[in-house]
Formats: sequence, structure tokens, C-alpha cells
Amino acid sequence: MTDSKYFTTTKKGEIFELKSELNSDKKEKKKEAVKKVIASMTVGKDVSALFPDVVNCMQTDNLELKKLVYLYLMNYAKSQPDMAIMAVNTFVKDCEDPNPLIRALAVRTMGCIRVDKITEYLCEPLRKCLKDEDPYVRKTAAICVAKLHDINASMVEDQGFLDQLKELLSDSNPMVVANAVASLTEINEASSSGQPLMELNAATMNKLLTALNECTEWGQVFILDALSQYSPKDEREAQSICERITPRLAHANAAVVLSAVKCLMKFMELMVSDSEFVKNLTKKLAPPLVTLLSSEPEVQYVALRNINLIVQKRPDLLKHEMKVFFVKYNDPIYVKLEKLDIMIRLASEANIVQVLSELKEYATEVDVDFVRKAVRAIGRCAIKVETSAERCVSTLLDLIQTKVNYVVQEAIVVIKDIFRKYPNKYESIISTLCENLDTLDEPEARASMIWIIGEYAERIDNADELLESFLEGFHDENTQVQLQLLTAIVKLFLKRPTDTQELVQQVLSLATQDSDNPDLRDRGFIYWRLLSTDPGAAKEVVLAEKPLIAEETDLIEPTLLDELICHIASLASVYHKPPSAFVEGRTGLRRALPKSSGGSDNDSAGDQQQQQQQPTVIPNQDSLIPDLLNMDINAPPVVPTAQSAFSGGTLDLLGGGLDSLLGGSGAEVGSSPAPGIPPVAPSSTAGLLGDIFGITSSSAPVYSPPKQIWLPANRGKGMEITGTFSRKNGVISMDLTLHNKAMQPITGFAIQLNKNSFGITPAAPLNVPAPLAPNQSIDVSLILSTSGPVQRMDPLTNLQVAIKNSVDVFYFATVMPMHIFFCEDGAMDKRVFLSTWKDIPSQNEVQFNIENINMNADGLSTTDGISNKLQSSNIFTIAKRNVEGQDMLYQSIKLTNGIWVLTELKVQPGNTTIVHDSVNLTASFKCKQNASAFDDLSLKSRATDVAQGIFEAFDGILHF
Amino acid sequence: MEFYMCVYTSCAVCQTSSKMLGGLFIYNHKGEVLISRVYRDDIGRNAVDAFRVNVIHARQQVRSPVTNIARTSFFHIKRANIWVAAVTKQNVNASQVFEFLLKMLEVMSSYFGKISEENVKNNFVLIYELLDEILDFGYPQNTDTGVLKTFITQQGIKTASKEEQSQITSQVTGQIGWRREGIKYRRNELFLDVIEYVNLLMSPQGQVLSAHVAGKVVMKSYLSGMPECKFGINDKIVMDAKRDVAGSSDESQRSGKTSIAIDDCQFHQCVKLSKFETEHSISFVPPDGEFELMRYRTTKDISLPFRVIPLVREVGRTKMEVKVVIKSNFKPSLLAQKIEVRIPTPLNTSGVQLICMKGKAKYKASENAIVWKIKRMGGMKESQISAEIELLQTDTKKKWTRPPISMNFEVPFAPSGFKVRYLKVFESKLNYSDHDVIKWVRYIGRSGLYETRC
Repeated sequence: MTDSKYFTTTKKGEIFELKSELNSDKKEKKKEAVKKVIASMTVGKDVSALFPDVVNCMQTDNLELKKLVYLYLMNYAKSQPDMAIMAVNTFVKDCEDPNPLIRALAVRTMGCIRVDKITEYLCEPLRKCLKDEDPYVRKTAAICVAKLHDINASMVEDQGFLDQLKELLSDSNPMVVANAVASLTEINEASSSGQPLMELNAATMNKLLTALNECTEWGQVFILDALSQYSPKDEREAQSICERITPRLAHANAAVVLSAVKCLMKFMELMVSDSEFVKNLTKKLAPPLVTLLSSEPEVQYVALRNINLIVQKRPDLLKHEMKVFFVKYNDPIYVKLEKLDIMIRLASEANIVQVLSELKEYATEVDVDFVRKAVRAIGRCAIKVETSAERCVSTLLDLIQTKVNYVVQEAIVVIKDIFRKYPNKYESIISTLCENLDTLDEPEARASMIWIIGEYAERIDNADELLESFLEGFHDENTQVQLQLLTAIVKLFLKRPTDTQELVQQVLSLATQDSDNPDLRDRGFIYWRLLSTDPGAAKEVVLAEKPLIAEETDLIEPTLLDELICHIASLASVYHKPPSAFVEGRTGLRRALPKSSGGSDNDSAGDQQQQQQQPTVIPNQDSLIPDLLNMDINAPPVVPTAQSAFSGGTLDLLGGGLDSLLGGSGAEVGSSPAPGIPPVAPSSTAGLLGDIFGITSSSAPVYSPPKQIWLPANRGKGMEITGTFSRKNGVISMDLTLHNKAMQPITGFAIQLNKNSFGITPAAPLNVPAPLAPNQSIDVSLILSTSGPVQRMDPLTNLQVAIKNSVDVFYFATVMPMHIFFCEDGAMDKRVFLSTWKDIPSQNEVQFNIENINMNADGLSTTDGISNKLQSSNIFTIAKRNVEGQDMLYQSIKLTNGIWVLTELKVQPGNTTIVHDSVNLTASFKCKQNASAFDDLSLKSRATDVAQGIFEAFDGILHF
Repeated sequence: MEFYMCVYTSCAVCQTSSKMLGGLFIYNHKGEVLISRVYRDDIGRNAVDAFRVNVIHARQQVRSPVTNIARTSFFHIKRANIWVAAVTKQNVNASQVFEFLLKMLEVMSSYFGKISEENVKNNFVLIYELLDEILDFGYPQNTDTGVLKTFITQQGIKTASKEEQSQITSQVTGQIGWRREGIKYRRNELFLDVIEYVNLLMSPQGQVLSAHVAGKVVMKSYLSGMPECKFGINDKIVMDAKRDVAGSSDESQRSGKTSIAIDDCQFHQCVKLSKFETEHSISFVPPDGEFELMRYRTTKDISLPFRVIPLVREVGRTKMEVKVVIKSNFKPSLLAQKIEVRIPTPLNTSGVQLICMKGKAKYKASENAIVWKIKRMGGMKESQISAEIELLQTDTKKKWTRPPISMNFEVPFAPSGFKVRYLKVFESKLNYSDHDVIKWVRYIGRSGLYETRC
């Protein structure tokens, strides 16, 4: 029988023809017609017009036909809800059918039809089916509860299906138990209350573990996945569960094996790490993991991604199994790349010889990605295993001799890292590297080569010529190459000042005058000033010792690793990302590995170890010389996290030389930043630049609320963000402190703001100059403009922020202080003020009290002091009068979106008897809002929204 | 610098999170949909197109079997010209998805043979019926072919009696889902095939880079009733456990010689795993007919049946000389069969002259290889082929990377040293005993990936 003919009917009038065939008396013809309909449906044709005719075929004793009709129903019921009702009777009847297969089919299909009226009729049959005498019906009904929950969660709870489902956990049939577990787990994660619906207690555990031995392979996976979420009360219980799970490691199904591995990895955390039990368990884990590598390539891929996590968590587990990760000629590329990754993780002194000869073999393969990764791997081996460094370098040299372009480029990039790890050891090969200068066309390779030339300028006779050759196309180069070239030439100059003066002047002018890249310009200026002021200091800065680079790179950050271990076998473990990164909506609780309760000593030991292991950083390629910004000459060796470090050491250094350096060209340089470009430099250099460009910060201290923690480190995967907002000289900025509490350097920062009430949007991209090393923090100032899209938020000043970095994307919300929207031109004419004040209806007036103003605080002893202080935040006092011994201040404020706010501030002396040296006073103020400024009338009634923010601004400024 | 801000907007409307597959599609190589079955509401018709556009028609070949497109994950398997894709928006168990897809293909091919476009189209009704049965709301259900065939047939409805129906359902869900009651044979018989695949990667200098044996025990059982079987092998751990019980040093010496170290083994679902874990005994109630009882892997003390010695010499830019010697390394009384040596040739080969002492050799231009076939070869022998390869002069700089020389063969022994010690059958209800069962054991060693670099 050939059903393929159904795919080929494309003639006109097809629907009409099908209609008549569906209504045919002959059973065979009917069935043929339904098949045609399904075939059309499959290829995406709309056959919904045939709904009534197809449903008419439903009442049949032919099971095959019935299934086809049901398939049609599941597809189209949603688009034809009224007609779908026609099917209800048949469904209900089928649920009573003596044949269990038909009963199950009916309840299975009904659950898939997302039409409210059908769902209503589902409850009764479902209740019966959950208690059906036949296990096949019960196992189908168990899943159906999850379907119903997906359609209508409250119905499941109201109708008591949950209790029925829980009872099924004790069913005599293992498959029913497994499906009930699957269903409950799903409902659990989806439940809005967040309360666990299925409590895993010792009794249920026992039932599940028993069912585990008897149910199908898939059922075992459901149960194991559910078990992995159980937290045993003590080590003993964890051990006994592990003992019962371990046999699963010998199952032929990779999913069962991996789910079992997940449980074991998780429960092992609860045990004393050097106990006999754990040692035995680790021994048992290795062979099944290796066996997974002989399954189909797709399964191998999932297994390899997981093994990658497992060897990071427990490096000893597979240390003797290096050979199985050797790449086979016929492996699909995705398997090859993953194997390579694991090979490097397992590389050690014991096996390095073998690994290297393999890697060399791979470097001659055809696939470009694979070859590149292999070359890079050789470099990583050199850095990881010191004894092999020499062998690695000679292997890399051999590869460079092949002259295969991408191999050469990749080799140069890694050799640069090797130079950093083992200084003064392998520099003899530099001449070979220089021979390949012309072939390098990738920015990373060019930058690396230039770095090498600059770093070893004194040993390369023609270094100046080589670097000069790059200068010709300076403006066509990638930024990282430009930065590298600038630094390299400065290094060269410092080493050989006599004959390279011209070169350094050339590059400095290219960087500072002809470039519109702020990073490049800044670095250029800094070098320029350093060189002209104090070449000695410049030498110390530019030629300073660099920290050694770490052995292990691209390790997954420990908290993320722990979370991923809890997700072994799942998609998260394949992507190496937490589920929240790729699953929409609520994803349930974040999983964390359990902490061993018995060993608090253990814990702290672990922490210490972590700290010790904390690697120093291979700087990201785009900024090979973060050293420059981290440099501190006179100051104590603190990492300069804030402006202060700079104003201490560096400003001194630069102070005197300013005029001489900028002497003649001073005006030119000063005007060189293009007018449109806001000063986006990070605040650590802002002070410095401000000084250069003569920007004086305003003399009165400008109010800015203290920094608050916006994103705690545990939510930010190690990145902590504190921040505040400020307004200086008409520029609104978001001042952030990024603190890296993770183990890895973080790079690639970017920020995005959601639409908000004031149209706040970044005026420039977030500029974090260097990779943020572990335990380092950096202050960044982000200039904001108010030209973005507007969307009303609640509260009005709410701002939703997304920050991206190399780890992940993080979302948080913060409240902007209102004062940052107060414009500099907010002073209203006296008369206009008076008439506007009168025009605004009194229902638009709101009153607040500001209490406990410290009169002794600078300048607040008089009303003048108050108005001065307010004026610095652009709250302008228009008039002042004294009524019955009380001072009244009348003030105006203009917001960035054109709204005028008029205020009346009444100053009342407070209770003076309680505290003597700090006089308290109570101030109250009225807030009137110019309704005419609103185009949108609906906003008029909500004037209070702005008022609340204004009040908080006053409160903040006056208490500042 | 684009990333979604949707967390904010979707939070309020997001309702549920499901945990299994949302849909399953089968395409032909052109990307036309042959089968489309959606299980979850969060997967729409656009997912069908997304996969076609981003994976099947992707300009750059997709380099992973898992692809994330707009927060939807696609798992795919490609076999011949058919793409099978499973779709989900949730954090599903990835290994389960792939295992399921593979199992599904296995079930399908046991119904209608090869998975091809023609066969899929011809059987689409059956496939839909199967998909309805083996996947419910995205959760895999019983996928055992034998069981499925009892109630999903292409013969339309079987008017089964009530007893038959309940027998079917208890089998689908039952504890022994793989065997039905009431099987009867006049002659109780069983066959055991120990099939091993030797995998080898050898360096040109003859150094073993990696070697392992992947073995399986395939059993064909024709036994009446519900027999309990006990299976004994010469695994070190099992033997040691036995020895401890026996406690006689005499026996330990005898068995110690022949025991082998199995790195890892896996069993058919009929084997009681907990019993294997605690007592190291393999006991089970076998399915009727043929099934794979166990799979195992060994890496130690493998006797490699053949050794390949390559010698490649490049004579100038247009000529290459290749000489390959193979040596058989097993008892002279045994005979290897179906020997085939495949020697890769460069892409710019223009002609090949071959001389071999034994068998037949041919240059196959379409496969870029010299294929040398020998029907039979005894143990401890050696044979040789030499080839002169003429090359076209090319100006492409790209170097030819010499793929390894691969080899195929079949030998009548188990290269790992694996031995079946016993297989005992107990059936308490019927009156036949272990002695009445006729048992056959056969050992076959085949080449897996048997490669020598040159």
C-alpha cells in the first residue's frame, strides 16, 4: 500500500472533492479521504473548512480512522471551537468504551484539545480514568492531568486531581508511577504558588526507588530526574539513595545513565569528600561515562558537553581516560571540537607527550575551525604543563613552517601567551615569527605580532622598520591593532629613544588628532603626557613587569558550574548556560548543589582552595595592556578602583608638564574632541581628561544619592553592580561600580535600558576599557540622554536595566532620583510664576512634610542657605516672603520633558529642645504642577505621580 | 549588541513551563515537511519553517545537533536524506531526546524498513499512529518494538477479545513489558552470538594510540513459558566474587588465567540491574526471539587480529609509492574472512598501478581509494600490496592530509578473550529443565574503526 499518493493531490476544487468523499457511504472511501486531509494538513495546507465533515467520521469502530480524525481535531479544534463541541459526545462515550485502548485514546486526545467547553467535559471522564482498572488507561490519565494543568491550572487544583495524581505514586504498576512523577514534576515547576506540590519524603522516595527497578527506560529517566531534586536529610540517607541508583549506570540507554550521573554528582556533595564511599562512587562513575562515547554521535555530543562540566567539577574522575577522547577521523565535527576541549582539560604531565602528538596530527586536518582549535590547544598545553612548554613551542614552530595561513596566525596568537607565561625563555624564535609578518591578515594575529615586536623591541634590529610598515594603513586597522601599535611604538621609543623619535611622534599624532576613537585618543594623550613630563616614570609605567597568566583558562565560573551540575543531561548542560538564559518566563527555582552539613571545616577549606586557585588573567586580546591603566607609580599598590587613586598619583605626575606638553598646540588639542562626542571615558580617567580639557567640575557639591546595590553578586553570577544617578553641568549620568566577585575575568560589557517615563537612554555605549579581573572593581560613568522612547512606568521613576557581559545578560530595576531631570533653565519669570500658580487648580496641589533637617549642616541655617543648596540641583527660588514668622520660598523646576513644577516651601522651626547642637526643623512644601504643560490630558489627574518623586528629591537634597 | 528585553514584558503573561518535547517534524532533504506532529501549545507552525530556514537551508552548515533559534531549541538527526527534528522551548533532558529519536527511527525501520523519503510518505498514517502512542504530551512512552507490534498494525482494527486487550495493555505497562505469557515451543532452544568490534588507531610507526573492543551478546531465545535465565561470563569481577564464595585457591588459579577485565557493561532492560550490582550475577527473563542481551567494552589485553604496516614515499611532485603489508596475528588453525584494506589516494590522482600477492586490488577513483580485498587468510601469515600512484600537477597550495588506512575483516574468535561460561534456564511452572534446552554459542570478531595512520 502506498500512501505517498496522498501528498500529490494539488488540483483545483480539491476541497470540494474531499468533502463529497468524506460524506461517502463507503467506509474505504471515507478513510482514503481522511488520509488525504491529514496529508494536506502535514504539508501546511489549510483544510479547516472540512471540519464538520471530518468530525462526522469520528463515530466509527475503525480504530485507525478514529485516530486520524482525532489527529485532525487536535490540529483544528482551537480554530473552530464551536464546532469542536460536536465531538464531545463521542469523546465521552469513548471514555466508557470496554476496550481500554479506546478509553485511553479518548482521554489522551481530549487533553490535547484546548477548547474551554471541551475541557469542562474532560473532568468527569478524567476522574474515572485515573481510577480505571486498566493500568494503560491510568498511565495515560496521569499525563492528561499535566495537560489539563497547562490549559487550566486552577481546575486541576479545584477538582482534586492533584490528590488523585499523588495517589498514583503508590500505584502497583511502575509505568503509572513514572508518568505520575513526570506529570507532578511538570505541574510543580509550573505552579504559580511556588509551593512544592509533590513532597518527596522518605516514603515516596522508597516507592520511586522501587518503581525505578521495574519501569521502562523513559520512566526511569522521569524518576531519576525527579529524585535529583530531592534533598536527603543527612549523609547516611544520601548514601543509601546512591547505592540504589548506582546500578542504573549499567543501563543501555544513555539518558538513564546521565540522569543517574546527575543524581550521584549531586548527592556526592553531601558526603565527606575523601570518604571511602565517595572514592568508590567516583571509580564507578568513570566507565559508564566513557561508554557513552561509543553511542551515536548526537548522544556522544550531549555526553561530551556534560563530561566537560563533570571534569571541571571533579578533575580526577577521568584523569586516566585521556585516550578515549582522541579524535577519530570520521567523527562529526561537533564531536571533534568537544573532544578537543576535554583533552586539554585532562592534559597533565603524565600524558602530555601523547596529547601533543595527537594535537600535531589534528593541526594538519582539513576543517579550519578544528585546526585552529588544535593549534590553540597546543598553546594551552604549553601554559598548563610547564615541562611540555619547550616541546609545544617547537611543535608550533613546525606548524608555522607549513605556511598555512590560518595555522600561522593562530600559532602567533598562542605564542604571545607563551611568552607571557615564560618570559625570557623562547624569544629566540622571534625571527621566525617576523618572517611571517606579511601573511597576517586577522586583527588578533596582527595585534599579537605587534605586541611581540614591541615587547622585545631591543632584540629585534629592525623593529622600527617593522612597526613603521604597519603605520601606513593605521586608520584601516582594527581598533585592537591600533591600540597595540601605539603601545608597541611607545615601548620601542623608551627602549631606543635615539632613532625612533620621529616614529613615536607620528603615531601619537595619528592617535590623538586623526582618530575619532576615544579609547585610542585617550591612550595617546596619556602616553604623550607621560613621555613629555617624565620619561623615567613613563618607563616604569609602560615597561612594567606584567603579571603572569593563568594556567587554566575558560573555566566555568563556580556558582554557574554548580548550577549546571544540577542540570546534567538537560539542555542547560548542553548550552553551558542556566535555563533562564534560553527558556522564556518562569523557570522555577535556581538549582544549587547541596552543601555538606557535616563538614563546615570542609567548606571553608574549599573556599580557601578556591581563592588560591583563583587564576590571574590572560587579558582579552582587545586590550593587551590593561597594565597601563592599572599602573600606579608613587601610590601604594592598590588596584585603582576609583578616581582617588588617580588623583593621588597620576595627577601629580602630570600636573607640571601640562603646559609644556600642550604648549603650542594646546588650543588645537583642547578642541580636538568632535563637538558631538560626549566625554564617555570611564570616570577613572575622566578626572584626568577633565583636567586636560579644562573642564572644571562645579564648585558647589552636587547632590547625588549614595550608591546602592542594584545587582547583588549572587544574582549577577559574580558581578556585583552598585550605582547611582547624578546630574552635572546639564549632563545626566549613571555612575556604576562593577565589582567582579567571580573567578574569571569578565569582558564584553554592554547596557540597555528599557523604555521609561522620561525617555532615558544611553548617549554612548557602556565603555569598560579592560577585562574586569577577578576581585577587581571599576567605576564607570554612563552618560544618559532623554531622547529615548517614552513609556509610562510605575512608579514613574522606575528604570529597567539590562547589562550584558561575557557571562550572561542580567536584568534589574532601579528607581531614578527625580532631581536628575531638573533642567538648568528652570528659573521662571516672577510674573509668569504668579499667574501660573493661580491658574493651576487646587486639586493639582499636593503637600508633603520634610522633617528633621539638620540646621547645622553646611549652609542650611538660613533660608538663603536652603535655597542655595536647592539651586545647585536646579530648583530655583523665585520669591521669598515671611508670613507670621514663617519663611515661605516659592520655587520653580523644569523637568526634561517640559513639565513645569511650582513649589511653595514653608520653613517651620522644629522642636529645638531635644538636641542642642543639631537644631531640628520641620519644613513643609506644596507642589503645584502646571497642567497646561501636559499634552496628554489624562496625565493631569495623575499629577501626584510626579509630586511624589519631587518630594523625594527635596528630601534627599536637603538631607544631603 | 542586541539582546532581548522581553523578560519584562513577558513576565506578566508567561503562564507555564513544560518539561518535554513540544513537537516533532520529519523533512526530506529539500526541507519539505513529511510529518509534523505538535504536542505542546508553545510550538507553532512557524517552528517548522524556522528549522528549515536556519538549519536545512543554512548557508553555513550547522555544526551542532542542537540549535537554538529565537529561544526555541531544535534537536536534529540526519539519516540519509531525512531530517528528523524535535522541538522544545524548555530545558528538556537532551540525552533523552536524542535517545528517543534514535529509538523512534529504530521502531520505524522495524515496521517498514529503511528510513527514506519514499517509505516515510508511504507510511505516514502509521507514523502518526506510532507518534501518538510513543510520545504523549512530549513524554516518551513504551517504545518496545515487539510490544508496539501487538496493537499497532497496519491491518486496521483487530477485533481483539477482552482477554487479549488486557493482555496487550498489561504488556505495554507491565513489569515484564517485553514478554507475553503463554509462549510454547516444542523444542526449547537458544542461540548466543558474541559479536565484537575491534577498534584501533595505530601510528605509522606501529604504536597503538588507542584500542578498544565494543562487544555485544545477542541472544535468540525460543523458550516456553516465563523462563528465568542465568548467564555466566569470564569477567574478572564476577569471577572474583565467585571465588570469594568458593574460597578455594585451586579454582582461582584455574579461572584467573582466562578471566578478562571488562571496563563497563550495559544490559537489556530485562536484566535485573540491582542483582548484578549486589551479587554480580546476570539474571533475566528473556524476550521471545532475538534481542541484545548485553553490551560491553574492554581496553586491556586485546589481541589485535591484524597489523597494518604502511610505507608511503613521495617521488617528486607527480608520483607517489605506497607499500602496505598486512600481518595476521592469531592461531594458524583459524581463518579470517572478508578482509578489505582501504588505502586513501590524493584527490589529484591520475592513475594507479597495483601489484598484490594475494586477493584482488582496485583503484576506485570515485572513492579516492585503493581497495584491496582478500577472501580468506589464515593465522600467522602476511601479505603485501604495492602501488604506484601518478598525480596531476596542481597549483593549489592546499596540502593533502593523508587520511588513515582502514581495514575490515571478520575472525571466528573474540579478540577481547570474552567467554560464555554458562547459561542456565529455569522454568518452574513448565516441566522442562536446563538440560532439555539446546544451546548454541558462536564468537565473531569484526573490525570496528580499524585504522592505521600513514
